[in-house]
Amino acid sequence: MTMRLFIARDAGAVAVGADDVALAFEQAAARRGIEIEIVRTGSRGLYWLEPLVEVATPQGRVAFGPVTPTDAPFLLEAIISDGPHPLRLGITEEIPWLRRQTRLTFARCGVIDPRSVDDYRAHGGYKGLERALTLGADAILADVTTSGLRGRGGAGFPTGIKWRTVALASGTRKYIVCNADEGDSGTFADRMIMEGDPFVVIEGMTIAGVAVGASKGYIYIRSEYPHAVQAMNTAISAAKGAGYLGAGIGGSSHSFDLEVRVGAGAYVCGEETSLLESLEGRRGIVRAKPPLPAHQGLFGKPTVINNVLSFAAIPFILAGGAKAYADFGMGRSRGTMPIQLAGNIRYGGLFETAFGITLGELVDDIGGGTLTGRAVRAVQVGGPLGAYFPRALFDTPFDYEAFAARDGLIGHGGIVVFDDSVDMAKQARFAMEFCAVESCGKCTPCRIGSTRGVETIDKIRRGERVAENIAVVEDLCNTMKFGSLCALGGFTPYPVMSALKHFKDDFGPATHLQAAE
Amino acid sequence: MTAPYEPWDATRGAEIIAEHTGLEGATLVILHALQETFGHVPEPAIPMVASALNLSRAEVYGVFTFYHDFRKRPAGRHVLKLCRAEACQAAGGEVLAARAEARLGVALGDTTADQRVTLEPIYCLGLCATAPSAMLDGRVVGRLDEARIDALVAEAQR
Repeated sequence: MTMRLFIARDAGAVAVGADDVALAFEQAAARRGIEIEIVRTGSRGLYWLEPLVEVATPQGRVAFGPVTPTDAPFLLEAIISDGPHPLRLGITEEIPWLRRQTRLTFARCGVIDPRSVDDYRAHGGYKGLERALTLGADAILADVTTSGLRGRGGAGFPTGIKWRTVALASGTRKYIVCNADEGDSGTFADRMIMEGDPFVVIEGMTIAGVAVGASKGYIYIRSEYPHAVQAMNTAISAAKGAGYLGAGIGGSSHSFDLEVRVGAGAYVCGEETSLLESLEGRRGIVRAKPPLPAHQGLFGKPTVINNVLSFAAIPFILAGGAKAYADFGMGRSRGTMPIQLAGNIRYGGLFETAFGITLGELVDDIGGGTLTGRAVRAVQVGGPLGAYFPRALFDTPFDYEAFAARDGLIGHGGIVVFDDSVDMAKQARFAMEFCAVESCGKCTPCRIGSTRGVETIDKIRRGERVAENIAVVEDLCNTMKFGSLCALGGFTPYPVMSALKHFKDDFGPATHLQAAE
Repeated sequence: MTAPYEPWDATRGAEIIAEHTGLEGATLVILHALQETFGHVPEPAIPMVASALNLSRAEVYGVFTFYHDFRKRPAGRHVLKLCRAEACQAAGGEVLAARAEARLGVALGDTTADQRVTLEPIYCLGLCATAPSAMLDGRVVGRLDEARIDALVAEAQR
């Protein structure tokens, strides 16, 4: 019988050698004269174990990792003889880090072949669309509302309300736009799902099209993600071939077409109105709201614009899971969140779980603390626009409102861990600098405020009139927060102010780093 | 090594532009396609794009200069991008970036005098759980340490 192996083609796995490992297994099998089939999947998201190699057994898939190319021949022998091997991790699904998760959105990621519609269907794919087609628009919208799903890009706006607004908008031409401009450092869930289970994104967007009466969708993917671009394009072709995109989707009277568009390195295009400008072929300059994209979005037409993870949550919800989805979570944060553990962390990766888990559990318990083994000093939650939290706030539950109450945000669910060698004044400076470089330039608080912010923090770090200059930074942050047109200028104060508030000792002549080393 | 690029040719440029003019909001698509062929967006192409899309030169030039990706002149034979965003900063990326700069004798954003290597910062490759990370001519590399960054630099210099 042919031995079936599973090795990720996910960029994160490839970056640590998954392609070389796959090649080594092919060569080892050829030398040994046995037949193997290597399925290139997405990643399971346990990145410290990548490259992870799984083998199909009657008991389920058994995992080994992290594997190097030189391990391949020995590992192959161990698999054939069902013998012990130092890298053997047991049944994949039983690995505690994976078993502790609630994978609704990421259920298939790392399991299926991301190029195969058949494999997707064999694992429950397209059940949501099939049911949606029998339900009709009103019932689809009711299900999305019932699920309590809120926009996973960071803003947390209720998806059901957004979709209903577009459904009610007049006009025969409407658009579905997927925001795959995942520019926040520490986040990679969009990339993972596009590479590991692209059909779930396609299915979610198609359901949105049916719900609001749109027949054209765009996926705007950042150019830094060439693997995701390729995976989505391949999946779109496969879905077209199988009758799930194009005219008469799934045998219905609905038509829906999808196209991938590639960004060009502008962080601000992750902001929805800037993204729409970019899709229209212009500079990514933010639009004032209103009008909302739901009324006048792409090319001035009513547009559903959602994050990748929002669309990817939809198929589960429409496959009869609306109530089950809403049963997870806390407060007004319903369902699960694919949380990304990153930076200086021992067990980094994708951890999907119900809202409500605390920051401390995520960092210390699940993440295992720092990779360097030093003490965790700060974590940045929610990307470059998210606040830095000290250990004292590790009891904060992962929930939109709980983070907001502590002057933070969960954003797109990324958590970046820093050890005690971090200089927080430097991180605050970086936040201002990043904003200055990436500002679209339309509004003054963002464009000028960030540049003045860099200069003023430099003065503080040089020890020039520290107290007065800290007051200037606070004033600048206040202006940016309330005077900026979008979240770039409006949220840059979060990392800056949180660094000032929780790590004030770092602001002054730069002595901290030397002291730590 | 990056794909060998074609020298600028107006007829070839016009063909590339014509392939995409039917698309909605085609400007970025066309600029990407031109850069893939010629290694940069040649200046004579800007008025051609404008004319094909019924836009002003200023509008097309404005788009071209807004986005970090589009190049005015070709990069070096190899492009080494080092992630400089927070997750890679937390994992020691700054020291490695300084090391690469020292080895190549150029600062981030510059090309070596022999035109072999362009060293660039990039703000997040989405490889934040295997940080620090880099991309050499489209190939991603994670878990960088001194030995790996040295090997990448050496590979780029070949």
